[in-house]
Amino acid sequence: MSVTSVEPSGARPRRLSPSRFMIYAGLFVAAVYYLLPLYVMVVTSLKGMPEIRLGNIFSPPMEITFQPWVTAWDSACTGLYCEGLKVGFWNSMKILIPSVIVSIAIASVNGYALSNWKFKGSEVFFTILIIGSFIPYQVMLYPLVIIMRELGIFGTLTAIIVVHTIFGMPILTLLFRNYFAALPVELFKAARVDGAGFWQIFLQVLAPMSLPIFVVAVILQVTGIWNDFLFGVIFAGTENYPMTVQLNNIVNATQGVKEYNVNMAATILTGAVPLIIYFLSGRYFVRGIAAGAVKG
Amino acid sequence: MSGDRRPSGLTRNLNAKIAAVPMILTALVVFVGCSIWSIGYSFTSSNSLPVNEFVGLAQYERLFKTSRWIVSLKNIAIYGVFSIFFSLTMGFLLAALLDQKVRFENVFRTIFLYPFALSFIVTGLVWQWILNPTFGIEHVVRGLGFETFSFAPLSDRNTVIYALLIAGLWQGTGLVMAIMLAGLRGVDEEIWKASRVEGIPAWRVYVSVIIPMMKPVFVTTLVLIGSGIVRLYDLVIAMTNGGPGASSEVPAKYVYDFMFSRGNLGQGLAASTIMLIVVITIMIPWIYIEYGPKKRA
Amino acid sequence: MRSLIAALATSTALLVGAPASATDLEVTHWWTSGGEAAAVKVLADSFTAAGGTWKDSAIAGSGDTARPIIISRITGGNPMGATQLNTGRDAEDLIKAGLMTDLTELAEKEGWKDFIRPSKLLDACMYEGKVYCVPINIHSWQWMWTNPNVFKEAGVEPPKSWTEFVAAAPKLKEKGFIPLATGDGWQVEGIRNVLTVALGGSDLFLKIARDKDAEAAKGPEMRKVWEGMEAARSFADPGFVGRQWNEATGLVLTGKAGAQIMGDWAQGEFGLAGKVAGTDYDCLPGLGEKEILDTGGDAFYFPKNSDPAVTEAQLKLASLLVSKEVQVAFNLKKGSLPIRGDIDMAAANACMQKGIAILAKEGAVLPSNEQLLSSDTQGQIQDLAAEFFSAPEMTVDEALEKFSEIIASAK
Repeated sequence: MSVTSVEPSGARPRRLSPSRFMIYAGLFVAAVYYLLPLYVMVVTSLKGMPEIRLGNIFSPPMEITFQPWVTAWDSACTGLYCEGLKVGFWNSMKILIPSVIVSIAIASVNGYALSNWKFKGSEVFFTILIIGSFIPYQVMLYPLVIIMRELGIFGTLTAIIVVHTIFGMPILTLLFRNYFAALPVELFKAARVDGAGFWQIFLQVLAPMSLPIFVVAVILQVTGIWNDFLFGVIFAGTENYPMTVQLNNIVNATQGVKEYNVNMAATILTGAVPLIIYFLSGRYFVRGIAAGAVKG
Repeated sequence: MSGDRRPSGLTRNLNAKIAAVPMILTALVVFVGCSIWSIGYSFTSSNSLPVNEFVGLAQYERLFKTSRWIVSLKNIAIYGVFSIFFSLTMGFLLAALLDQKVRFENVFRTIFLYPFALSFIVTGLVWQWILNPTFGIEHVVRGLGFETFSFAPLSDRNTVIYALLIAGLWQGTGLVMAIMLAGLRGVDEEIWKASRVEGIPAWRVYVSVIIPMMKPVFVTTLVLIGSGIVRLYDLVIAMTNGGPGASSEVPAKYVYDFMFSRGNLGQGLAASTIMLIVVITIMIPWIYIEYGPKKRA
Repeated sequence: MRSLIAALATSTALLVGAPASATDLEVTHWWTSGGEAAAVKVLADSFTAAGGTWKDSAIAGSGDTARPIIISRITGGNPMGATQLNTGRDAEDLIKAGLMTDLTELAEKEGWKDFIRPSKLLDACMYEGKVYCVPINIHSWQWMWTNPNVFKEAGVEPPKSWTEFVAAAPKLKEKGFIPLATGDGWQVEGIRNVLTVALGGSDLFLKIARDKDAEAAKGPEMRKVWEGMEAARSFADPGFVGRQWNEATGLVLTGKAGAQIMGDWAQGEFGLAGKVAGTDYDCLPGLGEKEILDTGGDAFYFPKNSDPAVTEAQLKLASLLVSKEVQVAFNLKKGSLPIRGDIDMAAANACMQKGIAILAKEGAVLPSNEQLLSSDTQGQIQDLAAEFFSAPEMTVDEALEKFSEIIASAK
């Protein structure tokens, strides 16, 4: 593929100057690094097991088969049941949607309060939060189990939402706080002069111009929650086992023949939801500040 | 950057305080509470479940006599330094490139970001394949005629940590890029216009205007990368499981192994306490920079 | 603050799902591969036939993934009906905390003591004289799996013992085969453990694992073992890092490697690949040196439940697990040996028969490391074995010294 065939047009059409060429060359090289493992995964997932045993991981499949994908979704065995990944899909959704919404809502308000409405001690709590983000999750497992048990919500959807909100809070709060802190303070002051209050400023002034950072937050949370295994199994209760339980069981079976093609297909399938979010988020990655006003 | 006046009474800023209740609860109950809990039990001989059998500093003595723990600390230091450096530079560079009004921005951004979405269990396996001498890169390059080419970072005790780094950067830089890009998108278009009018080269604008402006974004990224480093676990499990020998062991794995597979909660919590102390020590300068000068003002 | 939590607690308590219907028994385990799942199905089907409902809750990834989940759920007050859990010291804390159902009454009524063999298996389930778990099968580590064709191709006689293997291995290496296929970590520790029994014998094994004899741990007998490890180290290929045990087995059965030291579960791999014992592959119990097997295995525990119907179902399952029919059917599928000697295992293959014959012999049976050493100590030994294996400059003397230290500090 030749880079020169890519004609840059769009908003500001220009010729492919040497510097533009360098930009595309850089992006292209980076893309190869990022795509190489995906290539191996996709190619492997389309091969039959005999071909995989030949051992050339880079060679394209001689005979393309979609069977591994069907198996991964529909009939891969996890213990006694052979129903593939599809079993946990809606459970994962049930966990994902409220957890993402609640955690981002709380964290964005935190960040807003911390950057624009500081109160006595607010930074102390915030600092604790940041330090907390460095504690390995596993350390907090047993105390959290005890807390949830005492609250009477262990093994329910509520518990898993609370857990994801807790663990998402440090990074998300920091994300929002620092993003809001980087916005021109005049915006906030002007709104104050106009008599707007805490919620009004947040909802009507700051939030709408912070789409890129909300997108980042969604990316972060969707990925983290969707791929979570440990907390989902422990806190959500058996009737809400997320899809990663099936993924783990398909991929991580330590005994028996490893079906690499099914493993690869299962991984890509499980990653599909975050991947779709990444791609769709594109249109919200617009210029934030003053973009509406200035950008021609 | 704060509210115009510092509030004094309890009712001032009431909305903000109410809004911050979940944060305060999380900070105090979960993070402070759990830390105290874990530090407390690190002085006990707890096995699979926490018990109140006080053994003083015995767990810590053992910890620092264990060569695996020392190796873990060394590894995380190497991994950490390189990971921070490359994540920041690669992440910023990719974001800056994407911010040049390129075509297919969405495609490129998704390509850089997708590794973040995939489970480590399998991506670790794929990297293991790619780096494996018998059927990975070495095999391919030798097939091209370079018979003496040797590239087997996973089998060598001195290079295995760099192999982890290659995979770790692959997985994590996309997110750094996205945050940086969001930061760049927050930069006022006027700055670019003004610099263009004055004929300042783009790289200088980045170095002397944009990057300083984006300091908060860099701080966010740094915390994100940093917590990822401290928590590094899944990748190691997927790629090397700590091998060869103990040469790619990391602290979080030590904690996990002792808490859950080896039934020595006390030892695991002693290790996590040391991790916490190290983190706090590293963060004190940051806390000072963040809050110190402002208080004087 | 208190009232807030109380309020939170009451408001969310309503969200707790209704408990599963009375006879439902959720069973957690980490048996997910083809052969294992088939074995679980035997259990589930016979439980269903007996009027129960088996709710399968598999968590793959060996015990390390499942154990924190199992323990958390039990301590969090959301216990499963029954769970696979390693016997030995891991479950002890849960028993001490009063979280496990006491099976003593059932065990006495059915006379488990009389037919469970070796009796050590039941001992592992006992705590302060009471029975808390059900041993379900026997797995032993002391096996070497060889591919005779590889040796023939290299122009040497297929080995019948470790000594012969050591002699033949350089020839294999010369011809481009991997003499000894292995992975890292616990697999390397397995080799050390097997060599201890095969080269040092029962006495050495028991002196170290049972009596924690630090002198024996650096004595001349143990030196032979570490020298064996030194040899094994030189016979492995550099690609062993991060290799799964079944991939290593794959190397043997596809003719890329000569041998593998691995527990009897490796047999399932040969079976699944349609290989025939004796012609395509060979099994050498006790490495062909000393025919002694350790007797580890799997066991089921039954977390305490407030619902009497669940307790009833638990006892029903416990009784079923040790019954003759289930033992035969389950172990044939699992490739493991049954826990009772009074049943007919004629359907078992050549390698399994060898194992059954050894089990019946006097003094040929050892308890497993899991029963004798805490998982903490086992972990330390594993770290040492793995370090030794990956560091060619580490000497036998150093290994002996460190090994002795670990044994001295073991409780």
